Amino acid sequence: MTLREICELLDCEILACEDALDRDITEVVASDGMSEVLAYTKSGELMVTGLTNIQSIRTADIAGVAGVVYCRGKRPVATAIDYAREKGIPVLATRLVMFDVCGLLYNAGLKGIS
Amino acid sequence: MATELLKESFPVAARNFDKAGEVSSEIKMILKDLGINSAIIRRAVVVSFEAEMNVVMYTTRGGMITFVLTDEEITLEIIDDGPGIPDIDMAMTEGFSTASEEMREMGFGFGMGLPNIKKNCDKFVIESVVGKGTRVFALIRHVG
Repeated sequence: MTLREICELLDCEILACEDALDRDITEVVASDGMSEVLAYTKSGELMVTGLTNIQSIRTADIAGVAGVVYCRGKRPVATAIDYAREKGIPVLATRLVMFDVCGLLYNAGLKGIS
Repeated sequence: MATELLKESFPVAARNFDKAGEVSSEIKMILKDLGINSAIIRRAVVVSFEAEMNVVMYTTRGGMITFVLTDEEITLEIIDDGPGIPDIDMAMTEGFSTASEEMREMGFGFGMGLPNIKKNCDKFVIESVVGKGTRVFALIRHVG
């Protein structure tokens, strides 16, 4: 499913790169541990996290994920949003907690990575 | 004999979490501009980023990342004069960490950094002396 459909499913606010929401997503990594994101992604996944510092977007860039969803009502720091724009990484924010985000995405047919 | 195409050294500042990762970002851009295969770039920058975060988090005086590109391989050498690692076998064990609460709040320190580095390179060397510092060498082949 596309990032735009994910955005609607999770009732997200779009914080960066609205023009890139047509990217198609099939796999998801969900973690607050950045090494876990780096260890299991290959590139092109959706990253779900509650970590809001600049390192979350640096990790997203290094890992090559297609987009980032911040969960449980958290919003990334302004420098992280600026960095995401610079790197062309779409950023979404939802009020849902990580468990619910993952459940909804799983029900919609997306898979985890391992 | 491989031909050296590029060699660059980047200082890494200790404890500067806002800038942590900048060197790896820069290496990523350099490799991208040179048209290196994206899967290879990813391996090289995961190595660089994890090592850079270790230097930022664990040292007090920072360190240096030296990046060399030849027509056959990418090498990364990360050197610091930080606290050193008392037990390298333990440090290489996934899940083992000596990270502080502050490091975990940054999203790091879950005992995956060094294993991630090893997993993403074709040759890996780590040497460390307590009280003297640590040297990590990683080689990634990009042709053949």
